Amino acid sequence: MTDLLAARSQMAMSLGFHIIFAMVGIAMPVLMVVAERRWQRTGDRIYLELAHRWAKGTAILFAVGAVSGTVLSFELGLLWPIFMEHAGPVIGMPFSLEGFAFFTEAVFLGVYLYGWDRISRRAHLAAGWAVAVSGMLSGVFVVIANAWMNAPTGIRWVDGRAVDIDPIAAMMNPAAFPQVLHMTLAAYASTGLVVAGIHAWPLLRQPRNAFHRRALAVALLIGAPAAVLQPISGDLSARFVAHWQPAKLAAMEGQFKTERGAPLRIGGWPDEAAGETRYAIEIPYALSILAFKDPHAEVKGLEAFPREDWPPVAIVHVAFQVMVGLGSYLALVSAAALWLMWRRRDLTRRRWLLRALVVAAPMGFICTEAGWIVTEVGRQPWIIYGLMRTADAVTPMPGLVVPFAVFTALYCVLGVAVAWLLYQQVLKSPQAADEDPA
Amino acid sequence: MTAGIGPAELVAGIALVALTAYALLGGADFGGGVWDLLASGPRKREQRALIAEAIGPIWEANHVWLILVIVVLFTCFPVAFARLSIGLHIPLTLMLIGIVLRGSAFAFRSHYGHGGEPSDPGMSAHWGRIFAIASVGTPVTLGLCVSALAAGTLRPPGRGGFRESYVAPWLTPFGVGVGLLTLALFAFLAAVYLTVEARQPALREDFRRRALGAAAAVFVAAFGTLGLALLGAPLMGRGLTTAPWAPALHLATGVAAVAAIWALWSRRFRLARVAAAAQVSLILWGWALAQYPYLIPPDLTIRAAAAPRITLILTLWILGAGALVLFPSLIYLFRVFKPAPR
Repeated sequence: MTDLLAARSQMAMSLGFHIIFAMVGIAMPVLMVVAERRWQRTGDRIYLELAHRWAKGTAILFAVGAVSGTVLSFELGLLWPIFMEHAGPVIGMPFSLEGFAFFTEAVFLGVYLYGWDRISRRAHLAAGWAVAVSGMLSGVFVVIANAWMNAPTGIRWVDGRAVDIDPIAAMMNPAAFPQVLHMTLAAYASTGLVVAGIHAWPLLRQPRNAFHRRALAVALLIGAPAAVLQPISGDLSARFVAHWQPAKLAAMEGQFKTERGAPLRIGGWPDEAAGETRYAIEIPYALSILAFKDPHAEVKGLEAFPREDWPPVAIVHVAFQVMVGLGSYLALVSAAALWLMWRRRDLTRRRWLLRALVVAAPMGFICTEAGWIVTEVGRQPWIIYGLMRTADAVTPMPGLVVPFAVFTALYCVLGVAVAWLLYQQVLKSPQAADEDPA
Repeated sequence: MTAGIGPAELVAGIALVALTAYALLGGADFGGGVWDLLASGPRKREQRALIAEAIGPIWEANHVWLILVIVVLFTCFPVAFARLSIGLHIPLTLMLIGIVLRGSAFAFRSHYGHGGEPSDPGMSAHWGRIFAIASVGTPVTLGLCVSALAAGTLRPPGRGGFRESYVAPWLTPFGVGVGLLTLALFAFLAAVYLTVEARQPALREDFRRRALGAAAAVFVAAFGTLGLALLGAPLMGRGLTTAPWAPALHLATGVAAVAAIWALWSRRFRLARVAAAAQVSLILWGWALAQYPYLIPPDLTIRAAAAPRITLILTLWILGAGALVLFPSLIYLFRVFKPAPR
């Protein structure tokens, strides 16, 4: 393994690990405060139990998210010091703002978790909202910084250096809005639906279990609307990519030849050597329409770019297919659930829906991981799109396979520990659960 | 040397304040872990419970000070950040492993079980042990990183072999001295704070004895490190002994140290807390003054490492606006969980 590959793998592994905790840290506080609010309004103790359990889950996941996020902020330098030397002053603004959002989140999470008996009900609920809002803002700021790597505005790049830096213009980069929207919705959709799926499972056997019924309802309230909106936001992201990163779009679609009226390929395997994508289902003109709103629009293929500027095509294409495929499933199931909820039907009587939700449980996270693979691997070989190559940004430190192996092992242990704890402490239904009347 | 205070010096000063806050607050949380490891005697369980109660609601907020320091460093002093990240790759990685294990293990331990009582005492104790050991190791690695800065051994990368570039700058007797001094200071702070937070007199006495012991350890480590600095980090040693401000600084630090010990001795615990915090702050500021105007001695000044002016100005605005949100929040947090005695 070369040092560059080890550095990229360590970064990918660290981001892939952290993003799960970051998403839960964004969305879980909303579930927690909605449950608490319902308890305050209705006096139903089951909602209080839910709020307590979700708060405990948030505490464990937030702690791991906070420390794995710290690792990332150091890894920017440990692995990519040359990148940070040039990009730090440009994208430092969103990171500084994120620092304060994170501060607020940590402060009020402390107040929320340990303050049940110390402050008024109203103050406690407000602390929960402060966690939810600042958690969302933290995510927004970090994604803005990442978006700049895809659309580096606010600088002129002269002789391998950034000059005429305008950090505000860098924050306003054209990737920022589509990426932030897509990621924020992903956090609510993935977290809401994983919680929904986890509670749908016991409801298959005990459909009257009051604890799981309420948990499912709150989780769907947060997750399902986001999952339904996600394809629209995805379309926005795809059109950004089509205009700003045509090579990435070509890799996502397995489009090797430049052509007018390009088809949309579903599935398939891009063969870089042969320069074609095999076994895909092709929908004529659909790619031109989706990317440019014109069936005869020209879509640039990979052949339009020098070979050394291609991202790894197969990885990007397959990850994109996984994201779109599973995301569509989530949107459909969520739409069905919302429809039934709107019609005030009892979801637990629809066993097909419960089963569909159980199947959906891990999909949001898989989608998000796949989406980040599309974003990050699709940007290669650039670390700053079109300006600085990833290979030129890596640290001169040799033997990077060692920290990669160490952090991988560490995160594996943590992942298992977190899963076990959550199962033990948060998800198990309370002893002698109440039953709702049929 | 360019005279005067510009935006670069101002941002560097704020970073020093944030680092001081991290030492006083986050450092004490690590110190709490040290005393968890060293819990002993008939009140072993109560000692651990007090530590957990003291750091539970605040450790995550305290940890963010470190993030703030890093973000300010890479935004406003990117050249310095790059050089530190390269030369200190190994100790920074070790520190990160410590940070990850400390935080996760503490959260896992705290949230085992319902309503206080752990449902699985074995697992809970196991994570408690990891929390405590990581709390001891992390301050030492932090000290090793600081020592390389202070000693002026971090050269621009690309010269010399692996040992010269990635190990020699920090793995020195002076480095080990600074590592142990950091550990002793954090343990001292924690013990002093815990004397204030303990409600049982016997428990308070436990931590008073520990605080006095830690004060002795700080004394030995501080003078040992100063000696090693004169031998191994001449730049720092000279700054700390011959600069015009040196006598005044040492006097102030000495007064704070003696005041802390006297206050502990005569059981004026709140005064001891103030004095201990002052002592640790002065030690940090002494280090910063000794290497001013260098960010990375012996060649990279604050000004030379600084980002373009617009970045510095915007960062100052964000820090100012952020402080307006941060300080009321922090004050609220500490008033809820660290109430003054009635």
